[in-house]
Amino acid sequence: MRTILYIIQKEFIQVFRNKRMLPIIFVLPIVQLLILVNAATFEMKRINVAVVDLDLSGSSRQLTSKFQGSPFYRIISAPFSYNEAEALMQKGDVDMILQIPYGFEKDLVKESRTQVQLIVNAINGASAGLINAYSTNIILDFNREILIDWLNPGKLGGIRRIMTESRYWYNPKLNYTTYMVPGILVLLVTIVALLLSGMNIVREKEIGTIEQINVTPIRKIEFIAGKLIPFWIIAMFELAFGLVIGKLLFNIPIEGSLWLIFLSAAVYLFVILGFGLLISTMTNTQQQSMLVSFFFMVVFILMSGLFTAIESMPPWAQTADLVNPLAYFIKIMRMVMLKGSSFADISQLFYALVIYAVLIISLAIWRYRKVA
Amino acid sequence: MAVSVDVQNLSKNYGDVEALKEISFSVKKGELFGFIGPDGAGKTTLFRILATLLLADSGTATVEGFDVVKDYRKIRKIIGYMPGRFSLYQDLSVEENLTFFATIFGTTIEENYNLVKEIYSQIEPFKTRKAGKLSGGMKQKLALSCALIHKPEVLFLDEPTTGVDAVSRQEFWEMLKRLKAQGISIIVSTPYMDEAGLCDRVALIQDGSIMQISTPEKVVESYPLELYTVDSADIYRLLHDLKKLPGAASVFAFGQSAHLSFQKGKLSREGVLDYLSKTGHKEVQVKPVKPNIEDCFMELMQKG
Repeated sequence: MRTILYIIQKEFIQVFRNKRMLPIIFVLPIVQLLILVNAATFEMKRINVAVVDLDLSGSSRQLTSKFQGSPFYRIISAPFSYNEAEALMQKGDVDMILQIPYGFEKDLVKESRTQVQLIVNAINGASAGLINAYSTNIILDFNREILIDWLNPGKLGGIRRIMTESRYWYNPKLNYTTYMVPGILVLLVTIVALLLSGMNIVREKEIGTIEQINVTPIRKIEFIAGKLIPFWIIAMFELAFGLVIGKLLFNIPIEGSLWLIFLSAAVYLFVILGFGLLISTMTNTQQQSMLVSFFFMVVFILMSGLFTAIESMPPWAQTADLVNPLAYFIKIMRMVMLKGSSFADISQLFYALVIYAVLIISLAIWRYRKVA
Repeated sequence: MAVSVDVQNLSKNYGDVEALKEISFSVKKGELFGFIGPDGAGKTTLFRILATLLLADSGTATVEGFDVVKDYRKIRKIIGYMPGRFSLYQDLSVEENLTFFATIFGTTIEENYNLVKEIYSQIEPFKTRKAGKLSGGMKQKLALSCALIHKPEVLFLDEPTTGVDAVSRQEFWEMLKRLKAQGISIIVSTPYMDEAGLCDRVALIQDGSIMQISTPEKVVESYPLELYTVDSADIYRLLHDLKKLPGAASVFAFGQSAHLSFQKGKLSREGVLDYLSKTGHKEVQVKPVKPNIEDCFMELMQKG
């Protein structure tokens, strides 16, 4: 026991003495949190629009002003020909072209049907879909108003309509930050824990100290425990630190119990540290270890459900996600922080992490050999 | 006398490379035993096997009666190992390194201070300095202190003086002698032939085979040839011409002169002088010389 404590002490001395490591541990997470939370957003704001109004009628202006009134759109140009508008899109100045053909109002009145054209830059398919949906909504709304105006001029109140009003649960203001912070916190502790543990034992290999350690009577389990616990403590501290920043700066809700968050984090970190340790035992240089860690990290993060919903991935990917520890923990964090889920709600995910931790640490200990 | 380390028919291959070929030897308790051989001879492989860091392919080895495979745990408690590469924590201070190794061996600096006192006291004034900032000689002293702090019965020192200045090397060997006096068996390897004379017995090792095991004196005595040191104004051409001399067993550069050996009776001092004046050498000197370990080694290498 004394041995483990001393190894832990030694690791801490080394971490705090490493002038390049300290910023990685303490500054990087804050910067990441600040940048990612503000930048990684799917909300569509400020869609630049060029309106080609060839009709120049009351109705066409009414439609244009509906777009103008929406907070999402910014009409930055109103050229008189389609070619001009297309040139703007080619340059990347506008994301959407709204073309109102000549005779728009006339057709509307005489034929009761008319056309407008929407051209959306779909290089980013997801945002194009959103722009399309928003725009279609505005046009439908416009349509409905015209219908009411023309059918019942002057007696608006006479019509009975079913009003639908949506309310969004768990994130009533559809605040993207609220949704992102729990996930990004997971990302932070994962990066720190995986990199630190993945590079640590391999560092001892690189500088040759592992030789000296291996000839001592120290037990595998003592050595590994002495190696993992310091990083576990650092990562837990990091999570606490991130939560404080999230609360103070982004005012994220923490609906559930903090204890439950930290309990899950405790188990989750053992999975990640075990992973790092396993990488450490299988590589020979810090560089190799970094690259391998990086590979796993990118795959895990992109498939974690942080940015894209796991439910919309193909079935094979969803199956593959069963071994993605990030997916479990991000889900737990969102459930506990935003929904206020209790242990009973997350127990399945929690036990999955426990099993994962036991498996991966056993594997790492088995792989770590003192004899070549 | 009791045996400290016993090795029988030990072999180890790395793929196609035979690092050790069926080597056997034994070291007595309290002996200072040296392995002399060039880089790549298999010294480090042997040390790693004895230090339980590497498994041999075949053969047996015991340290203080414990088998290196079965009883590796017991061996690790009683040996001190100093790898060829400096392998202490460079970012920890001198004192922190020593405390660390004392702790993982379950002891304290105070408990065995008298054992390392002589060595450690020399670096103690720098005990707050980081190990990475020490000079080569001081690093070796620290490494030796760390290898000794748990009072080992056997010390394995793999090329402890490589990259250390002449004065520190001499000091280092003095320390080894004093440790030997305390009854610790010491097995040391070195590529420096001049250090061989400081061992009780030496094993000359080359390409994974032991060529000779003997006391340094006997190794020299068993030298079978006549040895002369030859000087000339143009040493490069001298070496070249001597190699063409019929009857010469070996010719190699030794410092600023050439060492020439031949079998008794095949050549004479006069014959060599005659040959060299014919080939146009000036300031020629040919003197008989007592062979040292290096000469013996070169001779054995040629035979091999």
